[in-house]
Order: sequence, then C-alpha cells, then structure tokens
Amino acid sequence: MPGELTRAGAAVAVRGLAHRYGGVAAVTLPTWDAEPGSAWLVLGPSGSGKSTLLHLLAALAVPTEGSVEVGGVELSRLPPAARDRFRAGNVGIVLQALHLVAHLSARDNVRLARYLAGFPRDDASVDAALAALGLAGKSGRRPGDLSHGERQRIAIARAVVNRPRLVLADEPTASLDDDAAMRTVDLLESAAREHGSTLVIATHDQRVKARFGRQLRLGAA
Amino acid sequence: MNLATLSAGYLRARPLQTCFAVALLALGIAAMTLLLLVVEQVEQRMGRDAQGVDLVVGAKGSPVQLVLSGIYHLDVPTGNIPLRAVAELSRDRRVREAIPLSLGDSFRGFRIVGATGAYVSLYGAEVAEGRIWGAPMEAVVGADVAARTGIAVGQSFVGVHGIGESSADAHDSHPYRVVGRLARSGTVLDRLVLTSLESVWIVHEAHHEPADQAERDALAGDREVTVVLLRYSTPLAAATLPRQINAGSDYQAASPAYETVRLFRLLGIGVEALRGLAGLLILAAGFSVFVALTQALEERRTQLAIMRVLGASPATVFGLLILEGCMLAAAGTGAGLLAGHGLAALSGWMMPGEARGLVSAAAWHPDELAIAGFGLGVGLLAALLPAWRASRADVPGILSESS
Repeated sequence: MPGELTRAGAAVAVRGLAHRYGGVAAVTLPTWDAEPGSAWLVLGPSGSGKSTLLHLLAALAVPTEGSVEVGGVELSRLPPAARDRFRAGNVGIVLQALHLVAHLSARDNVRLARYLAGFPRDDASVDAALAALGLAGKSGRRPGDLSHGERQRIAIARAVVNRPRLVLADEPTASLDDDAAMRTVDLLESAAREHGSTLVIATHDQRVKARFGRQLRLGAA
Repeated sequence: MNLATLSAGYLRARPLQTCFAVALLALGIAAMTLLLLVVEQVEQRMGRDAQGVDLVVGAKGSPVQLVLSGIYHLDVPTGNIPLRAVAELSRDRRVREAIPLSLGDSFRGFRIVGATGAYVSLYGAEVAEGRIWGAPMEAVVGADVAARTGIAVGQSFVGVHGIGESSADAHDSHPYRVVGRLARSGTVLDRLVLTSLESVWIVHEAHHEPADQAERDALAGDREVTVVLLRYSTPLAAATLPRQINAGSDYQAASPAYETVRLFRLLGIGVEALRGLAGLLILAAGFSVFVALTQALEERRTQLAIMRVLGASPATVFGLLILEGCMLAAAGTGAGLLAGHGLAALSGWMMPGEARGLVSAAAWHPDELAIAGFGLGVGLLAALLPAWRASRADVPGILSESS
C-alpha cells in the first residue's frame, strides 16, 4: 500500500468545531484526534449531530466555526471542486439507506465508486473488495435480487474500494437483528483494517458499544 | 463504465417515460420532415415541369385547370381547340415555338399524349431504348410507365378512353406498338405515354369511319388538339399575347408561372398551419423530456446525492442529466427523420395514378439538418433546468432526510 508510509500524525483532527444548520446548532466538538487505522464509535442520542459530523468529515459541508483536518488537509480551505476530489480519494461512506443504483450489478455499483472518483478502471481491486466481503459469486446480480445483508456488503465494498484514509458509517446497524448487527460491525472493521483506513461509526445502537474501546460521545446540541 | 452508459442505464430503467418522450419527439420531427419533403419535392417537380413553357393555350375554362391538365397532366382538360389554332399561333412573330398536345386516352392510368418531337426536346429527355415515334400508332413510354406496367419495347397495348384508371371503354381495334422508352428525366414525361397527334385522331375517328373522300376532308378540317404549349420569342410577348388570346379568340391562355404561384399561395396557408402544428408537437415533446427528467430528478435525489458522496463533481451530475436529455432528443430526432422519410415514401406510393411517384423518400433535404438541430436543441433546453437543479442539490440535506 503506497499511501501507508506518507500517513503521519492524526488521521482526523478536529478543533473548536461548531456547525449550525439553518441557524440551529447542529453539532459542537471542541477537540478530537483519531490516529491512523483506529476504529471509533460516535455515540449520542438522535439530534446530537452524529450525521452532521460525518458530513463535515466527508467535506460534504464546511463547518460554520472551527476546523476539520483529514490526513493533514484542512477541509474548509479546499475550494469546492477540490473537496469533491478529496472526498473521492480519501473518504468512503456507508449510509443507513444504502443508495445502491438499482439497475447496475453489484460489481458495477462498486466500479461506479472508482469511475466517479476519476480513478482508472481496476477490475482486480473491485473483485478483490467484493470477494473480501463474500460477494465473489454474486457480483453480477442486481441489488434487487440480493438480501439486505448482501446489499449492505456491496455498500461497504463500494466505500473501501478506493482505499480511503477514512471510512465513515452512519447508523449501519439500525434495523438489523443482533447477529446481523455484529456481523456488519465486524465486516466494517475488517474491511477498514485491510485497507489501513480509519473507521468512524456513528450510532445510537447500544448493542455495539462494547465492541469498541475508542468512543466519542456527542451531547444533545 | 462512463457517463454515457450510466445515462443510458437510467433511461432503460424507465422504459415507459423514455419511450413516451422519444415517441412524441419522433412524431413532431416526422411531421416536419414529411412536410418539408413533400412541399419541396412537389415545388421542385412542378418548377421542372413548367420550365420553358411561357403560356398554355386551350379551351375556355379555369386557368388553373388548364395549367394542371396541359403541363402537369393532373386535372382533366378544359376541352379541345381546333387544329388550325396551332398554325395561327405558330405564325405569330412573338411565338418562338408552339407545341400541340392531344389528350383523352390512357393506358393503365398513365396518360397517352399525342405530341410532336418538340415536346420531348422541351424537357431535354433522351431515349433510353429503341427510338422516338414516327408512323401513327407508334408509342414511346416514359420511365415510370415502363417500370410500373412492365411494358417493353416491341410490345403492343390498347388505350382506354378517358384518363382515369377506372375507364373501361377500350380502343381494342387500334393497338399501339411501343417503339421506344425514355430515360428518366425527373419530369412529367416519366409518367406519360407519347405518340403522334395522328395516332390520337385515328383512334377517335375510328368511332365513325368516314364514308367517302368528302367526309374524310371534312373530318380533317374538324381535327382538334387539346392544348398548345407556347414559348415566346421575346419577353415582351407576355404583355400582349395572353390578353390578346383571352379577349380576341375562343381560346384561353394561362401562364404556368402565374397560376402555379397562385396555387401554391393557396396551398401555402395549409402548409404553414401544418408546420405550426408540427412545431407544437416538438415543443410538447420538449416538455415531456423536461417532465421525464424532472420526475427522474425527484426519484433520484438520493441517488444523485450518493454520486456526489462518491466524489462526483456537480459538473458530472449536471452532465449526466444533460446527456440523458440529449440521448432522448437524439433517439427521437433520429426516429423522426426516418419516419418522415418512410411516410414520404408511403405518401408518394399512395398518391393517385397521375401523381404517383411525385414524392420520393430517397432525397435528403439540407433543411433536415435544421430540423435535427431543432429537435436536439429542444431536448437539450428541456434538460438544462433539471440538470442545473440536480447539480446544485444540497447533499447533506438530502442524506439527512433519507436516513
């Protein structure tokens, strides 16, 4: 992994963060550092700004106050086009609603992430990402023909295929039974570890709390 | 995987909306193409058929009818005029050439025209096979006549009285012999059977066989022609000759140029109305593309947002929807142009015998490029607003709603 050696210091560094959304405080976070390859849970009740924090980490929005650095790059300093490129190359996201493209096969959904990020076609790493998640035999199937668990694994493969610094997951275990919830967390953790990525899972699911030593608790804003 | 395959995939995923937008656009483009081809070809053809003829002289009646029957061989003739009129007109110093034509019979829907060789030279037509007619009852067939009836040089046929396909009164006792076939000239000659003036007289006088020499002479004195096509020797003739004929004789003179313009001015109103209708259809198609894409936008808000999450720039999302609009427009325009030509072929084939083949689908008109441009432009324009809205979407907002 050629990117590995250049990673130094904190994978994520947050300082004096405050973000308001439509005039309403959405999230506040004075200080937070996450070292490369670490796995974090972001906990807090609904409305505490877990999703907003993920959006800020993904450079989908720029904080009203304070700074967010990912891999030593301060995101708010990047012009909009550079933020899109940065996200494409450095951040992989798994959302609760998986948002797979219905008419594309599992394989094409993962290839889409490489294409939209502007990376050259690399079917070997696409197939490897799918195989690592146990989808090797189902890469030609469309999301509609697969189970929810399988669809979630496609979304995870899509998030890690570009070998991002940071893998973000928003409520990945909501609406899953206990076994499936644990499996999903295991898959996320192993996929992130395999690609040397820092993992941040936002959740209010008490079942997965015990699995992670590193926890970031957001209060009601 | 590229933007085009992604766009095409989204279009295929909504077959009904896609087909509707494409069909509507194709309909408008086809209507416009058909109009263009028909009007252009008919105008062109009519211009070619009237070339070199300055004046048509025939029996009194409607001047438009005289021109239609005497030049285009479309309407029934207004009547006959005495043969001596030809001699009178030829003697006039203002007339360079007077070409008499005798009409009245037909062969399987194609008119048999008694004429002089000058009629063939008028259009610069050439003999493709055999020779030009000489003796009475020799005939030369036009290219379309030969192609449609299959009659060949050396064969014989009988004409029927009248010029409709339904005429049943056959002149069995006076068969024509085909001695030549004309090369295609793109003029009215293609659809005619040509013979000598004498042949037409012989066929018709046969109904009452002359008893003696006196009656034969009397018959000869009564001989008639249907129209005389005149070419002026001086442009000044246009100012005096028509008026002189119309006022001072039993005949009527009509100017093909003037009557044709008058006819097209009348038809023009209808053509403009149809053109407007076709334009409306295309605009409606543009609106349907707009609705299809806007609807797609609503259904795909989160999908477009996830593309942004995966690193697509707003420009990429914009391009994706523009490309979808362009694909719809291109498919509709392409299908419309093909359908327009298909309909032109069909309408050429369905026209009544005399005008059959007047419109062909083989020719491409340069204005079709403008029609294609219009179709593509409408599609592009219809895609602009949805594409712009998609590219400006508030990604975190959409993601929070949908989670």
